[in-house]
Amino acid sequence: MTGGWQREQIAARAALELHNGEYVNLGIGLPTLVSKYLPPDLDVVVHTENGVLGAGPAPAPELVDPDLLDAGTQPITVKPGASFFSSSKSFAMIRGGHVDVTVLGAMEVSAGGDLANWAVPGHLVRGIGGAMDLVAGAGRVIVLTEHVGRDGSPKLVEECTLPLTGRACVDLVITNLAVLEITPAGFSLVELAPGIDLDQVVSQTGARIAVDVDEVRRNSEREGLMLPSDGCV
Amino acid sequence: MDKVVASPSEAVADIADGSSIAVGGFGTAGVPWALVDALHRQGARHLRVVSNNCGFNGLGLAVLLRDNRIDRVTASYIGTNEEFARHYLAGSIEVELTPQGTLAERLRAGGAGIAAFFTPTGVGTVVAEGGLPLRYAPDGEVLVASEPKEVRRFPFGDRERDFVLEQAIVTDYAFVRAAVADRQGNAIFHAAARNFNPDVAMAGRTTILEAAQVVEAGELDVDAVHLPGIFVHRVVCAAEEVPT
Repeated sequence: MTGGWQREQIAARAALELHNGEYVNLGIGLPTLVSKYLPPDLDVVVHTENGVLGAGPAPAPELVDPDLLDAGTQPITVKPGASFFSSSKSFAMIRGGHVDVTVLGAMEVSAGGDLANWAVPGHLVRGIGGAMDLVAGAGRVIVLTEHVGRDGSPKLVEECTLPLTGRACVDLVITNLAVLEITPAGFSLVELAPGIDLDQVVSQTGARIAVDVDEVRRNSEREGLMLPSDGCV
Repeated sequence: MDKVVASPSEAVADIADGSSIAVGGFGTAGVPWALVDALHRQGARHLRVVSNNCGFNGLGLAVLLRDNRIDRVTASYIGTNEEFARHYLAGSIEVELTPQGTLAERLRAGGAGIAAFFTPTGVGTVVAEGGLPLRYAPDGEVLVASEPKEVRRFPFGDRERDFVLEQAIVTDYAFVRAAVADRQGNAIFHAAARNFNPDVAMAGRTTILEAAQVVEAGELDVDAVHLPGIFVHRVVCAAEEVPT
């Protein structure tokens, strides 16, 4: 496929959805990459559900603290103002609505905002982890995903067929092709990735999409997303 | 009050077959490796274990799983544990998957005398509606699935919302790892090694704490104590030796 966003660019696009003063939880995998694209002047605090507020980037290998990990068990550092706490307190922050936004991956998202991202019947279930708590409690839920599965089947659908993580919980979906909002009327196209046209998005989506063409055109005229200077795409 | 015992082996000596044990740790941080290792050597079988990920890359509780010493696991995530997956799919172990925050709160509630609580987590999913596979038959069919739970609507904040009833967890024993403890069991954790440890400590009828350093009562900064010693019954000094 030509055009569209690479994985790193999806993460960079997601970083634009975060605002000063927000407490942010980044899920495992693609959502973790969002932390690489937080602008230096953006004042957000990263929460990891294993008990850290103020998570910072990975340390140099010789400075790794084996007790300081993120929820994906990767070594991290902490920023000034960080704090540590127990799991029950960490999930009180999540469930209690204190975490403003979470960024998660998806297997399927429905037009009603249902999310499925933890189990495929007939395949080994790796677990639930913190995802069900995050979608039940976080202020906004942003989903990052490829627009279609490896077999080409749509991941944005009218109704999910996989076991749900939560119902009516997703606010925004960012894929390699587009940004879509979940509204009471279903998917609404916000923005097209560079080089992607409306027909490509429609043909690869398994649900109706509302489109305000002028609005989408305006939103899609943003500058190319910056990739990291080390070019690790 | 002196709760120090001489060794991890002595600390776990009375754990009988069929005991339930809550175990702290997340990934490799805050795992009571020495107590788990001592329990492995002690030989108890038919254990029922509550632990977020129940071992990591073949280490810790995964060793007990490998040797068929665990009958039932309550956990939120098993993805990093091939041994776990193999036993689950072969039907030799029962697994109750629970959302991570629900697991932490069930342990905390158990220690706090709360029998059950209503949470929004899992409403509209198999966690609330039932049907999670608990045990497989050797042929791969689901032998036992989870039952539906009570869902009730409450006014909460500025709206009404559905919540699912989740039951507390109380275990016969709890294994906890701290950075520093005093002889009375007051403990301080380091960084993200705290994770499930305080909640697990509260849930155990007998809580055994291993710490890298054990000091005399009075030596800890009282303001800095994370886990009050009332939740701890045995203390053992164990240098952190992450198995490899």
